[in-house]
Amino acid sequence: MRYVSLATFFLVVLAVSILGFRGSISTRPPLELIPDMDHQAKYKPQAESPFFADGRADRPLPAGVVAYGRSSTGGTPDASFLGADDSTYLGKNADGSWVAGFPKSVKVDARFMARGQDRFTIYCAPCHGALGDGNGITKQYGMGATPSYHDDRLRTMAEGEIFNTITNGKGNMLSQADKLAPADRWAVIAYVRALQRAANGTAADVPPSHKAELGLK
Amino acid sequence: MSKLFPKSINLLPFKLLAYAAVVGGVATAGITYYATPSYANVGYAPVQPVPFSHALHAGQLGMDCRFCHSNVEKSGHANIPTSQTCMNCHNQIKTDSPLLAPVRDSYASGDPVPWVKIHIAPDYVYFNHSVHIARGVSCVSCHGKVNEMDVVHQAKSLTMSFCLDCHRAPEKFIRDPKLVTNLDWKNPEGEKAQIEQGKKFVHNWNVKPPQSCSGCHR
Repeated sequence: MRYVSLATFFLVVLAVSILGFRGSISTRPPLELIPDMDHQAKYKPQAESPFFADGRADRPLPAGVVAYGRSSTGGTPDASFLGADDSTYLGKNADGSWVAGFPKSVKVDARFMARGQDRFTIYCAPCHGALGDGNGITKQYGMGATPSYHDDRLRTMAEGEIFNTITNGKGNMLSQADKLAPADRWAVIAYVRALQRAANGTAADVPPSHKAELGLK
Repeated sequence: MSKLFPKSINLLPFKLLAYAAVVGGVATAGITYYATPSYANVGYAPVQPVPFSHALHAGQLGMDCRFCHSNVEKSGHANIPTSQTCMNCHNQIKTDSPLLAPVRDSYASGDPVPWVKIHIAPDYVYFNHSVHIARGVSCVSCHGKVNEMDVVHQAKSLTMSFCLDCHRAPEKFIRDPKLVTNLDWKNPEGEKAQIEQGKKFVHNWNVKPPQSCSGCHR
C-alpha cells in the first residue's frame, strides 16, 4: 500500500511538473480540449483566408469603388450622402478656395469642442504636443521638426486647408482620414483654434468673472 | 492446510475503496484546475512578426490605445492598426531598424503584417467592443495591464463565467467612459465608492447587460 501511495504521489508531482501552473507565459497556442463549434465556416474581421491568393478575408476595394451611403441616415440621399457636400468633406468652397470658418453642417459648441479636445489628445498630441507647440512625446525619440501651431502661417491658415492637411497629410505627416471622421476633423480644428487663441492670449482675454482666480484686476 | 490469504487481506476492499476515492479526488482536482481556459488560454504570448512593445508605446510614451486600435469605439471588432498607423512615426523614427522591415514592406506593398491573434473568442460568441467602451468597461477589465507588457499575453480567462461575473454585477467594473483607456486607473475613493458610483452609472445610462443566451450567442 505504501508503494501504491508513493507511486500515486509521484505521478501527481510528475503531472504538475509537466503541465505547469495556470497563467504561465507560453508561446504555445491555446489547448483546445473540446473544440465544440469554436471554428466555424465564416470570416471574422481582419481574419485569414486560405481561399484568396493574398491570404486575407477582408477584400481590398476594386478600383473606382464608392462606398455606398455611409453616412446617409435615411432612405433618401442627403447632403452627406456619398460626401456630396464639398465644404464639409473636402474643406473647399464651390469655387475651389479653402473654406474659412466652419461649414454649415457643423455646429461649434462646447460639446463639439470637448469632442475635438478628446480626439486631439488621442491622435494629434503624441507629435504636436498637448499645447500644439510641436513638442509631443515623439520628439524625444527622434521625430523631425513638428511645426508649432502658434506661428502666423498656421494661425492665419484657412480652416479648410487644415481640414485638407488632416485628410491627406502633408510632408512627413500621413493621412489621418481613417482615424478621424470628417465631423471629428472639424472638431479637432475647432480645438486647434482654441489652442492657438490660448497660446496668444493676453490678460484682456480673461473673462471678468475669472480674473480674481488668476490674481488679475 | 495453510491459509491461502493472510488476514490483512480482509482490509483490501476498504483500501481499494479509499484508493479509488483518492484517485477520484486527484482526477477531479486536476480537471478542475487544468481543463479550463484559465489554464489553457491564459498566458498565451505568441511570437509576433514584429516585436512590438506595448510597454514602450502605451506605457512609456503614454499613447492612447485608440491611436492604433482606432475603430474600437465604433465597431464590434477592435482593429489591429494599419501599417500606415505605424508609419506615422516610423517614417522618421528607427527608419532603418531591421525589426520594422515587415511594417515597411507592408506599407509599400499593401499586404498586411501577419500579426498573430491572441485573444480568441469562439466563433459562437458575438462580443462587441464598442458597446463596452461606450458604457465605461475599461480595456484593462478583459485585457489586463497591456501598458506594462513588453510581449502581450492573454491575462484573463475570458470564459463565459468571466463575462457573467461582470454582466451580473456591472457596478463593480463600470467607470466614466473618459477613463476607459487609462489602464492604471483605480477608483481613488476605494472599492465602496466604486460600487456606489458604478450603481449610479448603471442607473443613469440604463445599463442592462444581458444574461440570456441570445445576448452573446446567435
